[in-house]
Amino acid sequence: MAEHRLLTAHVGEEGLDTLTGYERTGGYQALRKTLGMTPEAIIEEVKASGLRGRGGAAFPTGTKWSFLPKDVYPRYLCCNADESEPGCFKDRYLIDKNPHQLIEGLLIAAFALQVHHAFIYIRGEYHDQRLTLERCVEEARAKGYVGKKIMGKDFDCEIIVHGGAGAYICGEETALLSSLEGYRGQPRLKPPFPAIKGLYGQPTVVNNVETLSTLPHIMERGGAWYKTIGCESSAGTRLFCCSGHINRPGVYEMAMGTTIRELLEEECQGMLEGSDLKAFQPGGGSMQVLLPEHLDLPLDFDAVAKAGSSLGAGAMVFMDQTTCMVNVSMRLVDFYHHESCGKCVPCREGTYFESKLMHRLEAGDATLEELSTLEDICDNMNGKCFCPLGDTATWFVMSAYKAFREEFRSHCGAAACPVRHPVVMV
Amino acid sequence: MTFTDSLRSTITALRDRYPQPRSAVIPALWAVQEEEGFISAERFADIAELLSITPSEVESVATFYSMFALKPRGKHFLLVCTNVSCALRGSDDIVERLETRIGPSGSTSADGSVTWERTIECLGACGYGPAMQLDHHFVENLTPDKVVDLLEHTENYLPGKGSAHHGKPGAHEAHEHHSEPTSEHEESDSKKSRRRSSKR
Repeated sequence: MAEHRLLTAHVGEEGLDTLTGYERTGGYQALRKTLGMTPEAIIEEVKASGLRGRGGAAFPTGTKWSFLPKDVYPRYLCCNADESEPGCFKDRYLIDKNPHQLIEGLLIAAFALQVHHAFIYIRGEYHDQRLTLERCVEEARAKGYVGKKIMGKDFDCEIIVHGGAGAYICGEETALLSSLEGYRGQPRLKPPFPAIKGLYGQPTVVNNVETLSTLPHIMERGGAWYKTIGCESSAGTRLFCCSGHINRPGVYEMAMGTTIRELLEEECQGMLEGSDLKAFQPGGGSMQVLLPEHLDLPLDFDAVAKAGSSLGAGAMVFMDQTTCMVNVSMRLVDFYHHESCGKCVPCREGTYFESKLMHRLEAGDATLEELSTLEDICDNMNGKCFCPLGDTATWFVMSAYKAFREEFRSHCGAAACPVRHPVVMV
Repeated sequence: MTFTDSLRSTITALRDRYPQPRSAVIPALWAVQEEEGFISAERFADIAELLSITPSEVESVATFYSMFALKPRGKHFLLVCTNVSCALRGSDDIVERLETRIGPSGSTSADGSVTWERTIECLGACGYGPAMQLDHHFVENLTPDKVVDLLEHTENYLPGKGSAHHGKPGAHEAHEHHSEPTSEHEESDSKKSRRRSSKR
């Protein structure tokens, strides 16, 4: 098994980012087919596909949809394009390369959920990608695929592309909804879940870019067909964002169940010359570190979870022997400190102290006792914060401390980073 | 001085897209920043009036999101990623070069042409790092020398200027997925800087 191209099958073909180019690849045929089905039948098809959300939580998409209460309208649909997970750039790739695929998927979901207002919440940094989507929505409107009486059927749907303005927390679905309503992007208490009370207090579904971009393929060829790709607990393909000390960084679409080793050695063409793999993150900045011994794990949500980490948002960051785990931890802790929304105390204060301590450690100023303080801070955050941001601010650093304890200890009182400047004993 | 008529009509149109007017706060702030370069306190009140909320509610949003400029910047704005993936490919060297040329993060060049900032927020260019955004457009596979060239010939790195340097949509080759250095000069330069700085 090498790359398995479904969402990226036509990438590279002339004009794929225009409606004409997309239709040349069979685009919008799945929407046409879907509009002839009942919403219930579509939801069943998506359930049968085994599709799990591609944003990071891996929740079954069809099941999420079926939580919407019957007969409560209006309902809303939001595409989460607030991709900000460190290491992750697949949503940007899908929007750059095949934007109409996302819009078709969004319309399929909107029809299945009987939604007349669909939103695409895209992070502020993706300015050019927002303009691309706005252009594509207008192209689709001109063809009668967006707006009133879509494809001549009794279905109306507006798509609004809404740009954020720099806040990682808005990738959390309730914070996204707060932001979309015009408030600070702070998460809300769940329950009630967005399916019951979401945007403007109405039933709402939030789905990731890649999840929605998969829908045209499922509707075109059927849920049962989709389920045959991948492995038992993780159906289909997934886009993996590969970066770090590798020869060919980039986005690769793989059948789930392929091993991480194959992704690294075949698609990424291995580590850079002179580089040996020291550690990697399998799911972006939030996820626990894994080691070379984990390379034979399959790209399967459950198998990676069993190994103590997660495939998260699909970002693979490979690090070689020259990488200092204290430095990487410090950067990630800084990131969470910067992005903490300030709503709850454990996260707001915890990331502050965590960051202070990591800077002292990196500078060689921390004592061995302070490493226990670091553990204590993380213990007081993990599972005790209002939303997952605070929890995940502890996961990488704690897993790195466990796997590379000596490296952390050797920083205490060191004049220079012991990884980058190893002391040679004479 | 209050809104220009064009800004007023832009924000009114944005407001009317949404089921509830308040949703247009972020788009309205963007419209002001694009037109005027930054968002002054006076505009909080102007936006608030159009969206039927209070100026302090607009301000609470403007100060929450990191991309809004509440004071004037140089003609161009550089945002340099220093998160893990870019750091593994040498973003510290990029930061150092900008510090030498312009001053610490947040500084504006003496001629007012560029303001630069380092950010720990991942920009989403991890496979093409080190990366930055120049006025919201990606510039990728940076080297210290490329940064100097960018400071000297900024216009060449903006979309539509016929340069292959910027990360416009489609800049990454279809099958290869990753972007290639654009010249032999950069090829050797980028190989040199593949390692992160060994300085501490």
